[in-house]
Amino acid sequence: MTDLKSVAATGLKPPLPAPRTSLISPSVSSAKGLISEFFEWFGDLGIFFWRVVRAAVTPPFEFRELFRQLDEIGSKSLPLVALAGAATGVVLSLEARYSLTRFGAKSLLPAAIVFSVIHETGPIITGLVVSGRAGAGIGAELASMKVTEQIDAIEASAVNPYRLLAATRILACILMLPLLTLAADFCGLIMGWVTQALVEPVSLHQFISTGFNGADFNDFLPPTFKTAVFGLIIGLIACFQGMRTQGGAAGVGRAATSSVVLSSLFVILADVVLVKIIILFFP
Amino acid sequence: MDTIDQIATRRTEAEKDGSAPVIAVEDLHKAFASQKVLNGISLSVKRGETLAVLGRSGTGKSVLLRLVIGLEKPDSGSVRIHGQDIAGLALDKLGEIRKRMGFLFQHAALYDSLTVEQNVAFPLQHHRKTMSKAQRSDRVRELLAEVGMEGDLAKMPSDISGGMQKRVGLARALALEPDILLLDEPTAGLDPISAAEIDDLVLKLQQEHHMASIVVTHDLHSAKTIANRLALLNEGEVVLEGSFEELQNSDIEFVREFLRHS
Repeated sequence: MTDLKSVAATGLKPPLPAPRTSLISPSVSSAKGLISEFFEWFGDLGIFFWRVVRAAVTPPFEFRELFRQLDEIGSKSLPLVALAGAATGVVLSLEARYSLTRFGAKSLLPAAIVFSVIHETGPIITGLVVSGRAGAGIGAELASMKVTEQIDAIEASAVNPYRLLAATRILACILMLPLLTLAADFCGLIMGWVTQALVEPVSLHQFISTGFNGADFNDFLPPTFKTAVFGLIIGLIACFQGMRTQGGAAGVGRAATSSVVLSSLFVILADVVLVKIIILFFP
Repeated sequence: MDTIDQIATRRTEAEKDGSAPVIAVEDLHKAFASQKVLNGISLSVKRGETLAVLGRSGTGKSVLLRLVIGLEKPDSGSVRIHGQDIAGLALDKLGEIRKRMGFLFQHAALYDSLTVEQNVAFPLQHHRKTMSKAQRSDRVRELLAEVGMEGDLAKMPSDISGGMQKRVGLARALALEPDILLLDEPTAGLDPISAAEIDDLVLKLQQEHHMASIVVTHDLHSAKTIANRLALLNEGEVVLEGSFEELQNSDIEFVREFLRHS
């Protein structure tokens, strides 16, 4: 009111309010943009996946490149996965011993280690380690090929890049993840036993037979094979992020980072869903 | 009723005697977001003919070449290769047409994880499955000898100069004996001697293989050396198409300005 009075007294016109270009406020507008980007990303991912599937099931098959990727993703990830599995076994053994002793259930220690490793820690640790190592590698490699026009050169040579580059890498991830999980499980169990044996002598045979007492294939196979889904997620997201990169060295860096971040995130989310499904179908 | 094979045979004969164009671009439009790059381009190239596409940087010359090989899709208009419109083709069908095309990228785009020999062998490995390893190796050596790179088989792309990379890129583009050759700035970034060597090499290959070629360049001297016909692009449109003499005698202001600064 004071302002209006002073305006009337001086005869000056009041300042005009800022023009409203949109009925939606900027924050709502940017949120809408983010949502539309999110759905656009999923749409593009779906189209990319369809192209890869179509390329993968039609000849010619790129067996040579597939074997190269099996080595690249499988054999070369093995030391890191084994180390991560072993470290998990040690930590589980130490933590479980402390907790179970407190509650007077020390005799359950081998079973606690075995079930934790094969049900959850082995698969998820493998998924996260491979998404870090192979996901970043695939994302950066394909992004670098994209910005230097090597993927265009493959296409110009009448070779389908979805078949040669994406399908082989995704398939290698799907095939290698369960095998790497077995390695992680093995190292986790061995180191779990070693850690326990250092504190309180127990033979490996006794540790295993007590640990696996009451376990069946439903405890072992579904958690191991669920990592094939992790492999699909890692391979798909890393290839997608790599092959859609734009903008030089910065783009390559962004592709590598986003490959790791997104594939790790989706591996964790998929794990939640898969654990529920496994409990439902393999009680 | 003629079969597709009969039509294709008749078409190939028409292309050979020069009555049908091998590459025909009609009313091509392409924009990236709000930026119009090509605005109604129409061009055609016959067998044994080399068309040089000239113009300032950013006028859509490279985009035109990418549209011709199907790496980009046009917004409207058509690109016909051997009479076949490539716009709506699936990747594998397009691949059949691409086997008859060679593309030299501006920065050669050699596969950096493969040696020079493996780079040139790449198209042969994928499309000449009946070739034995020894035959493939002989063919690669022959191609590299043709571009003067026979002594660098085991080198990696990062170990050779830009001019050498373009030579290897050219050998790779010729591997499947294409009848269409597309060259994107073959002499860009090279010293005058290397540029002249590349020009001579392209000219020699053209004379030997009688391909239909499009050369994108901003180097007027290079265009004059290797092309029969020139097309000058400005703001996504063909300002002038004709011989080098027609370009020199043109009254169009943009053409005169382009010549003045070349």
